[in-house]
Amino acid sequence: MTTASTDRRFTVARLSVPAWMLKVEGLGKVYGPHDDRIVGSTGPEAGTAKSPINGSVVAAWNVSFAVAAGEALGIVGESGSGKSTVLRCLAGDTSSTTGSATIRLADGDVSLLDADAAKRRRLRIDTVSVVYQDPAEGLKLNVTAGGNIAEPLTAAGWRNFGKIRARASDLLSRTEVPLNRMDDLVRAFSGGMRQRVQIAKALANSPSVVLFDEPTTGLDASVAAGVLDLIRSLLEEHRIAAVVVSHDFSVIEMLTQRCLVMQHGRVVESALTDQLLEDPHHPYTQRLVAAARA
Amino acid sequence: MTIDELIDERSNTELLDEFAKREIRRTILSAVAIPGYQVPFGSREMPVARGWGSGGLQVTLAAVHTDDIVKVIDQGDDDGVNAVNLRRLITTSTGSQETSVADEADIVQSRHRVPEDGLDESSILVLQVPVPEPLRGVERDMRELARMHAEADYSRMWVSLYEDKVRNGVITQTTGYPCLVNGRYVVATTPIPRWDIPRLHDAPFITLFGAGREKRIYAIPPYTEVEPLTFEDVPFEVEDADGAHCALCNSSESFLVSLPNSSTWLCSDTDWCRRNRKGNA
Repeated sequence: MTTASTDRRFTVARLSVPAWMLKVEGLGKVYGPHDDRIVGSTGPEAGTAKSPINGSVVAAWNVSFAVAAGEALGIVGESGSGKSTVLRCLAGDTSSTTGSATIRLADGDVSLLDADAAKRRRLRIDTVSVVYQDPAEGLKLNVTAGGNIAEPLTAAGWRNFGKIRARASDLLSRTEVPLNRMDDLVRAFSGGMRQRVQIAKALANSPSVVLFDEPTTGLDASVAAGVLDLIRSLLEEHRIAAVVVSHDFSVIEMLTQRCLVMQHGRVVESALTDQLLEDPHHPYTQRLVAAARA
Repeated sequence: MTIDELIDERSNTELLDEFAKREIRRTILSAVAIPGYQVPFGSREMPVARGWGSGGLQVTLAAVHTDDIVKVIDQGDDDGVNAVNLRRLITTSTGSQETSVADEADIVQSRHRVPEDGLDESSILVLQVPVPEPLRGVERDMRELARMHAEADYSRMWVSLYEDKVRNGVITQTTGYPCLVNGRYVVATTPIPRWDIPRLHDAPFITLFGAGREKRIYAIPPYTEVEPLTFEDVPFEVEDADGAHCALCNSSESFLVSLPNSSTWLCSDTDWCRRNRKGNA
């Protein structure tokens, strides 16, 4: 036990290295009116995210983490634990109630959460990309694979047809989409190939941060393994700070070095991914790991 | 009020009352102040069906003065049925004069064409617009359209041009080619051919677009930048009749249209063609 806790302290020390690219502090999202008492009435101890006082839902509260360039952080938990809420707040798909999120770019820090809607969309073009579980959310199905990639490129000011084509075919070949499918509508693609196109689109403008929301959940096992391989090699290749949200420990294990466990809107445990799987401390994590290993 | 007075009142042939004119003029002023922005207006009932030039008609009726001279063309033709009827409606209801010569006209109302010559700083070109929204083909949600214009987010328009080029090898969109006005708003230059697009750029005349069915007015003020959306490496090209000549005036310099099922080409602008034959175009 002594060695284990020493290890854990060593981990904490490593977590505080200042070379973060994405830093989230005290992120919270509450649906409905709230105060300290209402927030306090929810969480793992209370066994619910819905306040018995007024019915407000504390979807996420006091979530903090930092991710370095070239690192992937996992957020794991069962449905309704708040992990997707955290991701959607960071993506700008929903507004947060409290907290801050900062991206450190070469030319200074950018605050994600207090940017207005227009600024958020601009950040989504070249700074923060999202890969959704459902490719239909991230892609236009009635547009070709190349056209889908052309969208963020033209949004970032690309106006040269040849260069757009070259960039799109480069990205599609890196995500292992056959180039003879480049000019086919995404609607005609299989689930796995749609997901590869979505990943190619997410990488179009070399973002600093990529958020993955259950990237392989809709895929069958062998296709999912291929997509996971691809994501892992892309994360190694690019100096991207990645956040991977999944209920599936095998995804978290394969892609991430560190992870948070969420339950009822709170982080109940955070550790190196290997450690967490070998030696889960929180009873909820133990249950999750046991279920995944069963 | 006596019956006689009422009859006298009825004999007033104006189609727009003074309040309506004022509203449309104010809309036009807003449109000129924000080049390319589609300003909503309270499109009135006109004695022509919506979609048959009711927007252009209202703009003309609000802008025309009794001393003005009006030219109306349909597809470049002064003698088309629509052109004749609209011109009669305008001149008889406002007391303005008519002409077929663009140079003599104060206001030119048109569907499909910018006259080949004769428009200067004193001219107003009024275009009848069926679909004022250039992004209609890529987005249907009105709120999303408003957002895209507000943020000048035209990437989906570029994607549609990209897709057109990928599918067809060339950009096939002919009439209503999307243009960036004054570096800010993308407009539908509907429904004039590509041929006329470069003639809107930095033009000395003012162009007013009226869409009656869609209740929108927008404008290109004089000497305003009008830039067709074009990839750097895919030059913008106008229609090319491939060396054809007008069968009447022998011109190859004007916008030509071919007769159906025939290799005969004619000038689209009939008045210009007539003058060209007399040697004074």
